Amino acid sequence: MEKRTPTVKMRDITKRFGSVLANDKVWLDIYRGEVLALLGENGSGKTTLMNMLSGIYRPDEGEIYVDDKLVDIRSPKDAFDLGIGMIHQHFKLVDVLTAAENITLGLKEKYDLKAVAERVREICDKYGFEVDPDQKIYDMSVSQKQTVEIVKVLYRGADILILDEPTAVLTPQETDKLFAVLRNMRNDGKAIVIITHKMHEVEAISDRVAILRHGQFVGDMLTKNTDAQEMTNMMVGHAVTLNIDRPDPVDPKPRIEVKGLTVRSMDGILKLDDVSFTAYSGEILGIAGISGCGQKELLEAIAGLQPTESGSISYINDDGEREELLGKDPLAIADMGVALSFVPEDRLGMGLVGNMDLSQNMMLRSFRRGKSIFTDRKSPKALAETVVEELEVNTPGITTPVRRLSGGNVQKVLVGREISFAPTVLLTAYAVRGLDINSSYTIYDLINRQKQKGVAVVYVGEDLDVLLELADRILVLCGGKVSGIVPGRGATKRNIGMMMTKLGGASE
Amino acid sequence: MFDIVSFIPRAVMQGIPLMFGCVGETITEKSGNLNLGTAGVMYVGGICGVIGAFLYENSGAEMSTFLTIAIPLLCCILGSALMGLLYCFLTVTLRANQNVTGLAMTTFGIGVGNFFGGSLIKLVNIDVPSVVLTKTSNVFSKTLPFADDLGWFGKIFLNYSFLAYAAIIIAVLASYFLNKTRPGLQLRAVGESPATADAAGIDVIKYKYIATIVGSVIAGLGGLYYVMDYACGVWSNNAFGDRGWLAIALVIFTVWRPSLSIFASIIFGGLYILNVYIPTGTDLAINEIYKMAPYVVTIIVLVITSIRSRKENQPPMSLGLPYFREER
Repeated sequence: MEKRTPTVKMRDITKRFGSVLANDKVWLDIYRGEVLALLGENGSGKTTLMNMLSGIYRPDEGEIYVDDKLVDIRSPKDAFDLGIGMIHQHFKLVDVLTAAENITLGLKEKYDLKAVAERVREICDKYGFEVDPDQKIYDMSVSQKQTVEIVKVLYRGADILILDEPTAVLTPQETDKLFAVLRNMRNDGKAIVIITHKMHEVEAISDRVAILRHGQFVGDMLTKNTDAQEMTNMMVGHAVTLNIDRPDPVDPKPRIEVKGLTVRSMDGILKLDDVSFTAYSGEILGIAGISGCGQKELLEAIAGLQPTESGSISYINDDGEREELLGKDPLAIADMGVALSFVPEDRLGMGLVGNMDLSQNMMLRSFRRGKSIFTDRKSPKALAETVVEELEVNTPGITTPVRRLSGGNVQKVLVGREISFAPTVLLTAYAVRGLDINSSYTIYDLINRQKQKGVAVVYVGEDLDVLLELADRILVLCGGKVSGIVPGRGATKRNIGMMMTKLGGASE
Repeated sequence: MFDIVSFIPRAVMQGIPLMFGCVGETITEKSGNLNLGTAGVMYVGGICGVIGAFLYENSGAEMSTFLTIAIPLLCCILGSALMGLLYCFLTVTLRANQNVTGLAMTTFGIGVGNFFGGSLIKLVNIDVPSVVLTKTSNVFSKTLPFADDLGWFGKIFLNYSFLAYAAIIIAVLASYFLNKTRPGLQLRAVGESPATADAAGIDVIKYKYIATIVGSVIAGLGGLYYVMDYACGVWSNNAFGDRGWLAIALVIFTVWRPSLSIFASIIFGGLYILNVYIPTGTDLAINEIYKMAPYVVTIIVLVITSIRSRKENQPPMSLGLPYFREER
């Protein structure tokens, strides 16, 4: 790297939230014409640092220079004036307004939505995205909303773009599209910062990578000079093995038998079509498929949360007795030992109550136990403490409302709670969604331990690489139908990918 | 039997205070502030106007038409703006709970009204427990001069005072403001998602303050209209009744659209006085059933709007929630 001057210099940035030190004397340089990946575990202060650059927070100490001028960014408006725009993980869009209305929000220009739409189209043509300026936000898919966010920032003339975990909610295809756009923007001379913890994305898109750990700056280097192992070690602080264990199933017995399951959504769309399979105890059954292919409906049908049209789901206990699950209410199914941990896109949507603290959230699952009219507060508290300790949940204490934890930590609480109730069937969807490497491995490890205890695990995952390493068998869904069930050992990514897009894939 | 020509003007006059209250509250709610103190604000608006008019009438000076209108109007605007300011200070700056603050403001506003109303009544020292401001009321309730010459048309459309027409103009302007102007768009954004508005560089606190104060002033005018025109300048304690609450119900009824409030408040006004126009005989119970009409209609509308849950017909998303930028 010859002598280049950074467009943004952050020096000795420190930020505290109450007693938590989120950023501790961080240094960071951002250059034009370059994609910088900001890497770190959940809660390592990546987002906080970038929020200070975009004016959401103000640093307690430290200095920020933009083009060698000391600046004081007091509000998002100040950031825009400096050409800094941030695309947040939780989109900042108003649902009932159209794309154009959202884009012009907060600007001083003349209020003319037609002119806005015109300029939006120009921007889209230049970098290659698609946005309908007159579409309402609530009608849009996640990736469309993200596109609106990016256009919004570009519309304001930003040339320093910050994207906070932009791929967390995208399908692989959408991710590729996004990366193509980002490369176009980089070649246009814009400075791009992407916050992530996915190694292969860092390798795919970034030119340089900067790593944070526990709020401190660990180092930065050119992406081409490093590899996933080195980055992970820097991120975690000690050497980590990047292999997932796959112990052989012990004494597998049929546990859940699904036959001819058909489910329609509320609007009459066929979500699951004649799905049949058996999940065995002591085995991980992976479920692969493009998002929205019926994964959610399948798990919810087993857990008793989804009305079904036809078919049967039988639960087979250790003595070989069968019991039909369809028609039972979720409570009765849960009592039989079927646990569901579903991590939705917004993480808090299902399973946890944001305003309640950790131990109260544990209690959501246990409050019916016991004879007394008083609830048992001790065991949820103990459980919360165990989960915090074992999963290394980063929280000020177990009396902190869950809503205040970072996304990854919220998830650990949810998954930890479900696993702790010693299920016989563990249904889990997107358990590691948005989690950093270290926490993901903790979760894989937990799931494997359940499997070894003889639990039948159904694991819906987004990351094919992980599914291939973790699952004993992989069921591939394609448009609500079973495209095939293949053994996890020996399956290839290409093969599974084909089955996801076409019934039966290339294997048959 | 049913005298439509005399019914409609009464319904309109009954509806005008509701219209002021509803439009004011809509603007306030569009900023995300659920001001349940509207009833109190309207009370204060009314009594402030009464105090101003009382002092002017009893000052002994020669009364000019301009000042007879300007003094009570200014007092009313000042009083209700202060109420809006107080509400904002408590909920936005100090982040007090909006519902509790609003209820407290209602109690407080009615208390202020009754306290000063009672004091004025003592001052005039007459037998009836009310203050009569005939001279001011005569100016305030002056209708269009040619209304009487135009038969039923004049009676139905032209037979109102300037504040009534002001209410309709304010409703139309508010509708235009919210839907067609940039500040209107930004105000809606503040009420839907303050974090989004903030990230877009909109001064959320400023918008909340201005919207709530302007909304309170508009609502306060409803109180002034009630005393000076509808009640013919007679202030008696508690006479304003539950109109403030009805105005809040109207906001839901109109699904947060000021333009709809013009018709909706007249309908509500009509329902409010229906019992007088439909022969109910001497049975008081039937009379009371008719008085329930506006509330029954509100409940029915609530049920209908929640079934057809179009996003546009929902309350502003952050209604009632405090906003603090660094809250995680």
